[in-house]
Amino acid sequence: MAARGHDTPGLRSPMLTVRHLSRAGLVEPVDLTVAAGEAVAVLGPSGSGKSLLLRAIADLDPNEGAVSLDGDARETMPAPRWRQKVAYLPAEPGWWAETARAHFPDAEAVRPLAERLDLPEDVLDRTIATLSTGERQRLALIRLLLQEPPVLLLDEPTSGLDQTSAAKVEEIIRERLATGCAILFATHDKAQAGRLAERCLKMAAGQLSEAAL
Amino acid sequence: MSYIALELTDLAWAALLVLIHAGLSLALQLGLGRQILVATVRMIAQLALLGLVLEALFSVTSPLWTGLAALVMILFAGREAVARQARKLAGLWSYGIGTGAMLIAATIVTTLALTTQVQPDPWYAARYAIPLLGMILGNTMTGVSLGLHTLTTTARRERTAIEAQLALGADRWTAFRPVLRDAMRSGLIPIINSMAATGLVFIPGMMTGQILAGADPADAIKYQLLIMFLIAGATGIGVFSAVYAGAARLSDARHRLRLDRLAAAKEDAPKR
Repeated sequence: MAARGHDTPGLRSPMLTVRHLSRAGLVEPVDLTVAAGEAVAVLGPSGSGKSLLLRAIADLDPNEGAVSLDGDARETMPAPRWRQKVAYLPAEPGWWAETARAHFPDAEAVRPLAERLDLPEDVLDRTIATLSTGERQRLALIRLLLQEPPVLLLDEPTSGLDQTSAAKVEEIIRERLATGCAILFATHDKAQAGRLAERCLKMAAGQLSEAAL
Repeated sequence: MSYIALELTDLAWAALLVLIHAGLSLALQLGLGRQILVATVRMIAQLALLGLVLEALFSVTSPLWTGLAALVMILFAGREAVARQARKLAGLWSYGIGTGAMLIAATIVTTLALTTQVQPDPWYAARYAIPLLGMILGNTMTGVSLGLHTLTTTARRERTAIEAQLALGADRWTAFRPVLRDAMRSGLIPIINSMAATGLVFIPGMMTGQILAGADPADAIKYQLLIMFLIAGATGIGVFSAVYAGAARLSDARHRLRLDRLAAAKEDAPKR
């Protein structure tokens, strides 16, 4: 089965396993695994289907295939439970309330990460509309990380950020890897893939293939 | 009760006023002459037909015919309710949900009114059932139509907000809550406004009718209050069922937002 797949080499057991995942927009079914503590990059130009793949794994769009976490099939748990564990961060995160604070159940917990990511001190008191794209992107990352999901699906996590902020986000991603998170991230930046990932997949026109780092 | 019956010549004099409109339209080149004429002829034909139908219905007093007339009215109301929506659910879903919601609301409220409050003999007498249903349905239709319209347009506009909540592990009802609130509110505002303004800004048509027919104003007001309560009740039930059923259709059992279940946009959707 793994012949065509993009599997974790070696002895590490896979944390996230994707088998024959198909959906509208993907040309052929996808097989891949990500091990605990492993980062896998999905490279490809925008519009190639990277987001479609991540959204399908998070079960946000209709899709077919066998997806499991530590051997537990996705269908065995309610979808909200699955998404709390296999957490997806879109490239343009959404907001459902006017102020930043309303998106966080525990405002105090936000502070340490907000400081590390150079967010302004009053960031939670601001309205979402007054935050820049980069500030919103970092805040959404914090929102996701505070739920401590074992698997992260990050869609262009640094696309709206300058180099300094991007480096800080990468540092936090590396820390999560060290604690055993499995991370699958989409990027169009080959250098970033090289800095973070152990393995790299390439998405082109809805087709996923193995790529060199 | 005594009332002044109208002769056809009385109507002809009143119809002259419409001819003045047509004349104005011609003189000012508004291009409305044709529309005014068509609307007037439609109104005359529809009401004349209604008169025939009502007379026939009143004379038979059959639960079957009363029920059938009610069903036809509800099916038409369903069609009207979805006709003005910019983005509908694909397939028959919009029509089905709108009609279903009105069927539930109108049936519950009309039956309740006929069996416990108005109590004609027999309770299904068309003379009472059909006008009551008509008034209830007309208002419920507006509410259901506005509620469904707001639901679909807001769900589209707030797509990223809804999906942000879903992606963080919220269930679909939590993620839809702001949208549901907006949809419910826009469906209920007309009836709230109308209750608040009744008697100050306008004298309701039914009450006017009863007074013209010779009823005591105090009695007419009691009837009007009853009707307003019934309308408010039916609109609430109708809007609630339609909006929640619509939201269920716009999401699925795996708690996904399913905007793909909306029909493709029409370029210039008719607006009211």
